Amino acid sequence: MFKKKKNNFFEILVESAFKLSGSVTSLIIILISIFLFTEGWGLFKSSTVEKGYILCVNKSNNISRISPKDIKEIFDGNITSWKELGGKDIPIEPIRMDEIISLYTEEEIGSNLEHLPEKLSEAISTHEGALGFFPEQFINYKFKGKVLANENINPQEYFAGKEWFPTATPAAQFGLLPLLLGTLWVSLGAILLALPFGIAVAIYLSELAGNKMRSILKPVIELLAGIPSVVYGFFGLIVIVPLIRTVFNLPVGETALAGSIVLAIMALPTIITVAEDAMRNTPIAMKESSLALGATHWQTIFRVIIPYASSGILAAIVLGIGRAIGETMAVLMVTGNAAVIPHTLTEPVRTIPATIAAELGEASAGSVQYQALFMLGAILFVLTLGISILAEVIRKEQHSGHA
Amino acid sequence: MKRILLSLALVALLSPALTAQKIKGSDTVLPLSQKLAELYMKSNPSVKLTVTGGGSGIGLAALIEGTTDIAMSSRKIKFDEKVKLQNAGKTSKEVIIAKDALSVIVNPKNKVSKLTREQLEGIFTGKITNWKQVGGADMPITAYSRETTSGTYEFFKEHVLKNKNYKSGILSMPATGAIIQSVSQTPGAIGYVGMAYVTKDVKDILVSFDGGKNYIEPTAENAKAGKYPIVRPLYYYYEVKSEAKINAFLKYVLSPAGQKVVETIGYLPIK
Repeated sequence: MFKKKKNNFFEILVESAFKLSGSVTSLIIILISIFLFTEGWGLFKSSTVEKGYILCVNKSNNISRISPKDIKEIFDGNITSWKELGGKDIPIEPIRMDEIISLYTEEEIGSNLEHLPEKLSEAISTHEGALGFFPEQFINYKFKGKVLANENINPQEYFAGKEWFPTATPAAQFGLLPLLLGTLWVSLGAILLALPFGIAVAIYLSELAGNKMRSILKPVIELLAGIPSVVYGFFGLIVIVPLIRTVFNLPVGETALAGSIVLAIMALPTIITVAEDAMRNTPIAMKESSLALGATHWQTIFRVIIPYASSGILAAIVLGIGRAIGETMAVLMVTGNAAVIPHTLTEPVRTIPATIAAELGEASAGSVQYQALFMLGAILFVLTLGISILAEVIRKEQHSGHA
Repeated sequence: MKRILLSLALVALLSPALTAQKIKGSDTVLPLSQKLAELYMKSNPSVKLTVTGGGSGIGLAALIEGTTDIAMSSRKIKFDEKVKLQNAGKTSKEVIIAKDALSVIVNPKNKVSKLTREQLEGIFTGKITNWKQVGGADMPITAYSRETTSGTYEFFKEHVLKNKNYKSGILSMPATGAIIQSVSQTPGAIGYVGMAYVTKDVKDILVSFDGGKNYIEPTAENAKAGKYPIVRPLYYYYEVKSEAKINAFLKYVLSPAGQKVVETIGYLPIK
């Protein structure tokens, strides 16, 4: 009697502990996604010009807004006349704090920068074509230039932007397009490479291999999944990258293709395991009836087993894509990380996970770049969530369809 | 009850860390700080220093939040970080603890052995795309850079590119080692790394910052003599309030013994 009671108490304790850990896990996952989105959303409330700074022009200038892209082009020296922006035909003179220091002596500015506000005002009012980029705190009511209105980064600039210069001053460029396309491009390449291979191995393991062969191959393939991704990345950089460069005679070996090959190797264990399980689940009665009707072994494989396991194979593909899209380290090391929109597989690309991994460590906390990276995280989250849901739906179909 | 016990255990676990002095930030400064802290703790066993990396931005963020005593940085503190420190009611102090020279490197097979600043600007901003434009073979240039947020990237951009942005097709690598590896296996490659990291697998380039009159070889002697132009300072930032706490360590870092360590790690002493 006593023993049973203790047992009951113990069971209840364990049950509630399990329940607690289950609910804590789900709660944490929900909190993480909320955190991602709230941090990321701050991006669209930030101004396009670097925090704490303003852009200003001469009073006589009729330009009242400049897009972030044009700001970058001006300060890079690619746009040189106000005429190109619809203004007067006078050259643009970008003035940063560096130029102020060379325009005026230290005595003129003052040792505690006390004369800086009037000097900034003077610099802007005496240069007709000036475009000033000054700290906000030195602009006072006596300022004689025209301060350009601060605009927030708009979602269109982010989602359709084609350039990623997160630390460019005065206006950082956050264009999602090259990163998103880079991610999808590498993943697509990976899945195209891994699929035929993975399915072939799955067929071999489930139908053709003898028990002995299978008992060797299966653990080896599963071992592939256990290798840390940084090791794959290193292998890719040392072996695959130079190989691609010489085989395709390219100027550079760090390409989307290198990323795809490394990811394909990494996605193989998932694809093989899931697809093989689906094939082995084919009821023995179906196989036997096919053989009894006079079909050969190969006919049985292609006409009975593969159609039966098709939804399992589809799930394997989707899981493989999911693995590829989220992979960070290996891709970071072999794709070259150039933020350009890819046109072929033999060009360098920059993926979303690699961007987050490479930039978050050095970005100043709470800055616009920080928020832009969180937004990337949120997009990646939505992407992989969609893929997981798809995989789940396909699996359900498999179970209900053949129940 | 359980919760109280748990939090007590947590506090007990964390308390030694609270009394220790923490140094956090740039991965460039990390090996230097680690070595300095190790030697300093050997001669002062009562002091506990913990050194962690993560990046300049992480170190400065920790300083703003008050979770580190010293922030290591390979770049100057940014304006908005300064404002944040002010808003948190803190005043920071800056100390230059060492200097780091950057070498421009190319593949050993490349015939080009010297470049001017203007040519470097052209190459890294994408205006020069072929080696024959700077006196080399007819071969496309592949430019490698560090990641956008690295202090090295920022310094090279300010100092060599005169604040112009890198071309958008630039290949950015996560670490110095990766740049060296890539440059060594790509014939048309060019990149930049800390002078101490240059190996035999790559060739360093003589640079001229006076329009081609004098080309300076990237050697420690030239950098120390102030002749070599691509040299950047490495910083420690700390709060004025905690000055008393860390002063002894700072003194050690700036002492001849500390600066000797700077040299053995491969950076340049400040004097």
